Amino acid sequence: MSGGLPMSNHPPVPLLDIKDLTVEFSTRRGIVRAVQNIDLQVAKGETVGIVGESGSGKSVTSFAVMRILDRAGRIAEGSVTFSGIDVRAADDSQMRDLRGREMSMIFQNPRAALNPIRKVGVQIEDVLRQHAQADSDAITSKAIEILDQVRIARPRERYHAYPFELSGGMCQRVVIALALACKPQLLIADEPTTGLDVTTQKTVMDLVTELTRERGMSTILITHDLGLAAVYCDRVVVMEKGHVVESAVSAAIFKAPAHPYTRKLMRATPRPGVGLRDLLPEEALPADEPLFRHARPCAGHPGLGNDTKDVDGRDKPGHDSEPLLVVEKLVKEYPRRGLTTSLSKLFQRGPAPEPDVFRAVDGISFTIARGESVGLVGESGCGKSTTSMMVMRLIDTTDGAIRFGGDDIGAIPAKEFATLPLRKRIQMVFQDPTDSLNPRFTAARAIADPILRLGDVRGRNAVRARCEELAAQVGLPVELLDRFPHQLSGGQKARVGIARAIALNPDLIILDEPTAALDVSVQAVVLNLLQDLKDTLGMSYLFVSHDLNVVRLLCDRVIVMQAGRIVEQGATGRVLFAPEAQYTRDLLAAIPHPPV
Amino acid sequence: MLTVILKRLLIAIPSLIGVVIVTFLLTRALPGDPAAYFAGPAATKEAIQEVRVKLGLDKSLPRQFMRYVADLAKGDLGQSLTTGQPVVTEIRNRLPASAELTLLGLIVSVAIAIPLGIFAAVKPNSWIDHTCRVMTTAGVSLPVFFTGLILVYVFYYLLGWAPAPLGRLDIFFSPPPPVTGFYLIDSAVAGNVETFRAALNQLFLPAVTLGIFSLAPIARMTRASMLAVLASDFVRTARASGLTPFTVVVTYAFRNAMLPVVTTLGMVFSFLLGANVLVEKVFAWPGIGSYAVEALIASDFAPVQGFVLTMAIMYVLLNLAIDVLYGVIDPRVRLEG
Repeated sequence: MSGGLPMSNHPPVPLLDIKDLTVEFSTRRGIVRAVQNIDLQVAKGETVGIVGESGSGKSVTSFAVMRILDRAGRIAEGSVTFSGIDVRAADDSQMRDLRGREMSMIFQNPRAALNPIRKVGVQIEDVLRQHAQADSDAITSKAIEILDQVRIARPRERYHAYPFELSGGMCQRVVIALALACKPQLLIADEPTTGLDVTTQKTVMDLVTELTRERGMSTILITHDLGLAAVYCDRVVVMEKGHVVESAVSAAIFKAPAHPYTRKLMRATPRPGVGLRDLLPEEALPADEPLFRHARPCAGHPGLGNDTKDVDGRDKPGHDSEPLLVVEKLVKEYPRRGLTTSLSKLFQRGPAPEPDVFRAVDGISFTIARGESVGLVGESGCGKSTTSMMVMRLIDTTDGAIRFGGDDIGAIPAKEFATLPLRKRIQMVFQDPTDSLNPRFTAARAIADPILRLGDVRGRNAVRARCEELAAQVGLPVELLDRFPHQLSGGQKARVGIARAIALNPDLIILDEPTAALDVSVQAVVLNLLQDLKDTLGMSYLFVSHDLNVVRLLCDRVIVMQAGRIVEQGATGRVLFAPEAQYTRDLLAAIPHPPV
Repeated sequence: MLTVILKRLLIAIPSLIGVVIVTFLLTRALPGDPAAYFAGPAATKEAIQEVRVKLGLDKSLPRQFMRYVADLAKGDLGQSLTTGQPVVTEIRNRLPASAELTLLGLIVSVAIAIPLGIFAAVKPNSWIDHTCRVMTTAGVSLPVFFTGLILVYVFYYLLGWAPAPLGRLDIFFSPPPPVTGFYLIDSAVAGNVETFRAALNQLFLPAVTLGIFSLAPIARMTRASMLAVLASDFVRTARASGLTPFTVVVTYAFRNAMLPVVTTLGMVFSFLLGANVLVEKVFAWPGIGSYAVEALIASDFAPVQGFVLTMAIMYVLLNLAIDVLYGVIDPRVRLEG
């Protein structure tokens, strides 16, 4: 947090001084300069945020400071001085003493950052032993003490836990414990909360702030989230494509961003008080944006829009007679794992006894009207994904009904549903744009996949024409259709995923965190694209997300879920600005906002 | 843990039944008439028929099968027609010979391949990586009878360091009192240093031959698996915590990289156990592989069936042992019983 007067109490010599640093990677396509001639200083006790989108070189900078670059990477130019030590010239054993003891790092994806087959307590002991921080007989109690310091409940027990037995937030605490075990002077936090829920993010960040402040440590917070940087940093450095484009006190940078890139990032960050269109860069206002130019003409195109459904020969109930989707008392139970459960299931038919099942979704009811977009929010484990999978008919329900256009699709086993004509009326856009595309399919083949399997367009040329039409609709340049996923950018892959989902003119699209893996500027464009497609094609959306700011922009109504139940639902404005449930209020309060 | 092991053994029973049926049918489908073979080239039709009745081969297939299963239930695998010995006795005598040779061969290859794989992964494209590549390529591409013969030629014929490749023990020694059937262990138990040394001398060349052959899959798997683990996030965390390269590579990376290596080890072991016929031939080793091949050539059903069944049981036990080992290495596996 912007604590104190940063200028006055800093000693003249910074703790970390990066001068003219250039980092090169030798790749198959020659030498790539990931970081070019950057300067960065971190004073004692200061928290500096490095902000930028993927590929901006922010992580590479921190790896260079710790000298843990990959084999292919090397510091080509410049200097890194850490409390008087020339990091570039230091020998390996000197660096090992620095790492962990004087400067340490916490990482994105905490579960992967811990050794999966070593007890967390022992991993902390490894660090303590390396830096001779405790005698061998006192080392266990020291490790437990450190676990206690990062607010891990029952540390004595958790000492023996393996990472897979702990939640994501708990794992991140262990990683923090590892990093702070030897009381270093500098902590580098590389996207420490990406992938964690907002409330967990808040507790983790507050914990880091508290611990570093009470020890007078300096912190570098690397993040793509401007809000996070604004709330927790004294100073913010903005990086773009390996260059530092702007560096200023955090309060100032958000009030008056000087560099166009900073302005663009600021604009693209969803925040209260701005609409969907406000996210797009100034220079590309709606009329000039290619995706709109492509999308608009399709509005009156025959074969698209609402009249398609009539062509398909489905009888549509009259307007507003019944919502498109009605979910009633939906329940999904999973058996708890273990031999006794499976045995008892074998021997006694009927419902298993209560304690043996876990209710992921516990009797929820909601509706989605035609052309409406409904947001489904909640933290991980709340049952939102299970709900969306059931509505998508990928998994079977335990109880309750899912009525879609009058048919109870919940009663159809998921296996059979895949072959029914109903299948094409509910489609999905997945969370990870890369993993949800077959790496051996070209973009055109991926988009054509549902058409070939379920559609009525036949013949190579007709399918190709339809793909090109869809590509135009989602703003994907036609010449990219023959590329493979690895040759496309994240935003382009997201467009392919969306084109695939709308290929059969579905009535309902389930969007499972479609922008979670994208940079903010790309997210802004994709969200706008989704809104335009909905306006043009008249589909309904079920938008699953943990990001309330994004939900607010795209959805008419919001459903808030917690522990398998709906705690609140209603119009977006009402739920987000005058929440009734305490849980909704907690969620909203946990979101860091940049000062607007 | 015990329930998991029991469950796994129960699951293996259907596959063992399948093995019994298939081997029975396959041996019957083999070309050649065992009755004619054993009656001898000069036998008359009547004599062959007599042998056939004696062997029970005149009965229908289902009845032959019933008899086979009934014998099996009593622990009787039948009698070898060529040696006249019960198959159970022969297998009991020959299996330890093969197992001892294979185990030692595997130890030799693990001792070379795993460090080689680790070093190759830690320093890719260094001279040690290239050495690893050359050795593994040479290992798989040289047939075992060739390496075996070369070793015999060099170490026995030219240098005279190794004893004559004639079985498990020099004729001047008597086998140690049987405890495990492994001569090395038995002689050590008996405290007989001379016999131990003699047995080791005999074992050395064939074990090295097998070792060279099985080096490749183990070294390649270690290298690939280490490369993947070294690139993972937790290794970066360990480095960022200032742990020594030794701790990072051995404690953090290698233990995680061991899982696929252990699987490969199991496959290599079960493969070698039955398939080292050629090594057994070259070194006149009284093993189970050469026994099975001889029986097969002679259309001698009982030993072939016994061999396949023994191998199947060994394979089941070996896989079980590997799964238990998995659980020891990786706590995440223990949950999924």
